[in-house]
Amino acid sequence: MADVVQPALPESTKRRERAQRLLRATLLMPSLLTITAFLVAPLFIILVYSFLTPGTYGGVIWEFTPNAYIQFLFERDIFDDSLVFSTAYLGIYGRSFIQAVVSTSICFLIGFPTAYFIATRPVRQKNMWVLLVTVPYWVNLLIRTIAMLFLIRDEGPLNHTLIWLGAISDPIHIAYTYYGVGIGLVYSYLPFMILPIYATIERFDFRLVEAARDLYADRWTTMWRIILPLCRPGIVAGSLLVFIPSLGSFIAPDLLGGGKNLMIGNLIALQFQGSRNWPFGSAAAMILMTVVLVTLVFYARQQSRAKVRLH
Amino acid sequence: MKISTASHPTNAANLSNDRRRRDSRGDIGARGTETAVAVESVTKIYGEGARAVRALDAVDLLIKDNEFFTLLGPSGCGKTTMLRCIAGFEHLSAGRILLFGDEIGHLPPDKRPVNTVFQQYALFPHMTVRANVSFGLRMLRRPSAEITEVVDRVLALVHMEQLADRRPNQLSGGQQQRVALARALATQPKVLLLDEPLSALDLKLRQQMRLELKQLQVETGITFIFVTHDQEEALTMSDRIAVMSEGHVQQIGTPEEIYERPINHFVADFIGQTNFLEAEIERIEGGFAICRGPGGARVVAKVTDGCDVGKRIDLSIRPEKISLAPPSGEQGELRGIVERPIYLGTDTHFPVRLDDGMIMLVRVQNAHGGNQPVTVGSAVALNFDAGAAWVLVD
Repeated sequence: MADVVQPALPESTKRRERAQRLLRATLLMPSLLTITAFLVAPLFIILVYSFLTPGTYGGVIWEFTPNAYIQFLFERDIFDDSLVFSTAYLGIYGRSFIQAVVSTSICFLIGFPTAYFIATRPVRQKNMWVLLVTVPYWVNLLIRTIAMLFLIRDEGPLNHTLIWLGAISDPIHIAYTYYGVGIGLVYSYLPFMILPIYATIERFDFRLVEAARDLYADRWTTMWRIILPLCRPGIVAGSLLVFIPSLGSFIAPDLLGGGKNLMIGNLIALQFQGSRNWPFGSAAAMILMTVVLVTLVFYARQQSRAKVRLH
Repeated sequence: MKISTASHPTNAANLSNDRRRRDSRGDIGARGTETAVAVESVTKIYGEGARAVRALDAVDLLIKDNEFFTLLGPSGCGKTTMLRCIAGFEHLSAGRILLFGDEIGHLPPDKRPVNTVFQQYALFPHMTVRANVSFGLRMLRRPSAEITEVVDRVLALVHMEQLADRRPNQLSGGQQQRVALARALATQPKVLLLDEPLSALDLKLRQQMRLELKQLQVETGITFIFVTHDQEEALTMSDRIAVMSEGHVQQIGTPEEIYERPINHFVADFIGQTNFLEAEIERIEGGFAICRGPGGARVVAKVTDGCDVGKRIDLSIRPEKISLAPPSGEQGELRGIVERPIYLGTDTHFPVRLDDGMIMLVRVQNAHGGNQPVTVGSAVALNFDAGAAWVLVD
């Protein structure tokens, strides 16, 4: 565009363009202000806090120190004040990461068939199924998680039923274990997997399935070679929407894990509540965010490189 | 893109090397008499109970090997459903489909040695042209050397070898059409099913592709079953046409039979333009029925089955078979008044209002620089040969 010599525009056209630019800016302003005030500014505050000294009763003292980040990787010896490498916090991050990967995978395994089922129903049934998927969201997450706790605890209906059926003789311990946390995460975030996948399958051109079947592909091959690759954008979106909140989740590990198995979310919350170490909590949050961002950027670059290779 | 209708007999001969050798020009005499597809009282019902729709009602078809067979009809006549039944996308409600003697009616599409060219092509958007064309062969687990060779050959056959590494969204409609053809031909199907493959192309390209499709069919020796609602397409390409309406086959025949000797009102009206005349048979003489038409006009038609003296019949007379002349005043002449003509470029249509108010359309070729032989409002006589009026048996 730049090297094209533009003929001089009449004054009225220029004025109209200016008015349109103003209109665009006005329309954009509320969201820009909201994002700045409630997202960028708090993030900046957390970033600043993570480099300050903790106050005794919470809050911060305005003295610069990278201690919070050092504390994340090293333990200070009580006697000689030397730094010893420690994996305690890295362990929490690793555990949370695995937990998030596992729940995302389970969400996909349950969510994809569900989304496929809904997307292939007649229109009126479709809307009803989508509504049913979102119904749990009318109830507060905390309430839902506590309800789940009642279902899966040792004396809960699940164990009672299994014992009554004779499948087990002693209650299986699900609540306050990783399994409990996993069930809670899957239950909480499953719709985030179903809905984006549903949206892509709904737009999917099923004549391609007929074309594949016509060209001697059986059902499974058609699924692997045609449907899954073409539904990839929805699958990626759903996986991110489940993975990211799972990684930093707080309620499910706190209630269903009984707070025994510390996860990233609990670690951060703890620093602001019990431990009153705001800078360390801020640093932990910044590290989590960095991990997520790096993963995303890495993934996006993989994607675009894959695209370049294909062309 | 290079569009050429030149033949490629070498490619074609190789493509059909597992079939018996034929003259690559497609000698009609050498045409197989073997039945490729036999459709036996196939019925397809959609829905249940009161809302059930009979898309196909006890349809019988015998499609010969090496034939260009067209299913022609208006939308909703069941022609696409018939094609989908042969391809295996629809479960039959009743009836059988035989492919070279083997029953295939119950097999899933991937177990039927037939391939489809879809209406909107249905190319796989995430694969290159080459990957699209080789898909079927890969599914059949052919050795990779063979796949490369066959894919190169079919791409050359449709003049797409230059664009093998493109993706479908980087191709024009006509190019996508060629890829869809190549993809369906790569596995050397026994029968190729084409579902209105030309409907998405513009007129010029459509006319070009008609010739190419016909050429391809002759060269490959594959039986084509072609679905269209375009009568011109059907007439120009087909060996035989089945005219369908409301789930029934109305008539099966060569393009000439369908056009010149339509079996009923529907076929006569759907294929080309025609004039219907009500008449009563007065006497039958030497293979001709002498009929009394509107206003006492005498009309002579060829005798067909079901012609009896005194019977009221309908006659179909094509507009191009009628000529206009000044009225001679003779008894029994078919007379009318010329209304506003419709200029069509190659021809002019003259609507002529008969005494009883009926309009007859007369088509006159503009062979003489657009000099109209008659003027609006003048009285004319309508003349046609004895065989031009065709008796419709209903």
